[in-house]
Amino acid sequence: MNIRRIYAIFLRQLYLLRGNIPRFLQIFTWTTVDIILWGFLTKYLSQSGGSGLRFIPILLGAVLLWNFLGQVMQGISMSFMEDSWSRNFLNFFGSPLEISEYITGFVLAGIARSALALIVMILFTTLAFGFSIFIYGSSLALFLGILFLFGITLGIVAMCLLLRFGPSAEWLVWPIPAFISPFVGVLYPLEILPHWMQTIGHFLPPSYVFEGARSIISGNGFSMPTLLFGMGLSFIYLFFAYQLFKRVYRKALRTGLIARYSAETMT
Amino acid sequence: MTSSILELRKVTKVYGETVAVSEVSFTLRPKEILGLLGPNGAGKTTTIDMILGVLEPTGGEILIDGIDVMKNRSEAVSRTNFAAVYAQVPGNLTVAQNLKIFGLLYGVPNLKKRIGDLLAEFDLERFKDTKCGVLSSGEQTRVSLAKAMLNNPRLLLLDEPTASLDPSTAQIIRKKIKEYAANGTGGVLWTSHNMHEVAEVCDRILFLSHGKILLEGNPKTLPREYGKANLEELFITIAREPLTLEAI
Repeated sequence: MNIRRIYAIFLRQLYLLRGNIPRFLQIFTWTTVDIILWGFLTKYLSQSGGSGLRFIPILLGAVLLWNFLGQVMQGISMSFMEDSWSRNFLNFFGSPLEISEYITGFVLAGIARSALALIVMILFTTLAFGFSIFIYGSSLALFLGILFLFGITLGIVAMCLLLRFGPSAEWLVWPIPAFISPFVGVLYPLEILPHWMQTIGHFLPPSYVFEGARSIISGNGFSMPTLLFGMGLSFIYLFFAYQLFKRVYRKALRTGLIARYSAETMT
Repeated sequence: MTSSILELRKVTKVYGETVAVSEVSFTLRPKEILGLLGPNGAGKTTTIDMILGVLEPTGGEILIDGIDVMKNRSEAVSRTNFAAVYAQVPGNLTVAQNLKIFGLLYGVPNLKKRIGDLLAEFDLERFKDTKCGVLSSGEQTRVSLAKAMLNNPRLLLLDEPTASLDPSTAQIIRKKIKEYAANGTGGVLWTSHNMHEVAEVCDRILFLSHGKILLEGNPKTLPREYGKANLEELFITIAREPLTLEAI
């Protein structure tokens, strides 16, 4: 892999972000709206409920972590869409750029984007609702690691959809996190789900993060091997997502879709 | 280093039942400007896409400086660059930003100086910090050409490079490209529908029709060899009645 080419891909995203206020605000807007909405809901539940559950750390922490995953995914998929919108595939894929460098550049953009969003979310939840994400202790690093890897995986899957089905597949990409959220128990324990949903949930790495977060907040701690299993699972999904993208890219090379992306299909 | 910059060996591209390019073979030598001509749909852009490695041939081999594009795409393509009317650089970045990004992608040494030189050469200095999307089509074409020259490519691919330029600018660009070929070690593969331009610029031409090479030769002498007054007349004959020409 060539560092300069990876930097070129990252730099392009940086230029885009720097030169356009809506793009910059987009990183914070929905996450902030989400935090406000869930922040007040959890505050209300804490004040009016008698369940003894600590709603603010359980729900607000989960929403913050879920938004982090969404930002990582969008860091990848939005970067790819930028090339789609500006009809730049021919320029990039006709250059010496390799697929691994292209994706690594996007991962760097994803790191920058999600780090920015995370800092803002942490500040906001702390100042507005008195919730500190550091309540999760040292497990937080693993939580973020798992969500980061899975976010990249979802971003690459989104790229596969876009490259395979063309620009119209954008509507499929945006709700990917929403499709997954019911299965991973963002807001509730997996055990509340029907058996078939639980089974799916156990195959999804974020489940281990949210189960772990709830367990820590309820004072039960969390099994490190279980969390490491979730991390291992994340690496496996990332590997397969990358392989899938390579396959989709090869097919696009055969069909000519890279050069004629707006045609959506060449078959 | 091989003597030919570009070599196509029986390159074929088939889409389902449609044969877009059929067993096309040719070479491009150093300092040569080779014109790839043909009517719309003849297979010119398909051929260029295959050379760039963005389209996989169904059969045959493409070698750039002896390097197989399909086996070692990045290495082979690092010796090329291209400008095409349908592949303008992103409009949401400035001229300087685009040149920096493509300079990094093509591994250009002393990039800052190179960008400065190209901005001056293509009269783009005043647009340095202007977003490419707000430039006129002629100015955008000049940016694309500056991008194509960034790495002093061994193989320069130009797909209708002067299509949106006014006659004066087009003449300047033609002069620059001729100088580039004459003074360097690289070669140029040029497609154009402007037959006067082709006759002026190209050392050799290939006529492509229905994905096959029908004719090859010197653009100045080829029309007479086929009983035509000029290249445009020859082009029209090939475009409308390729079979009659094949019979000659």
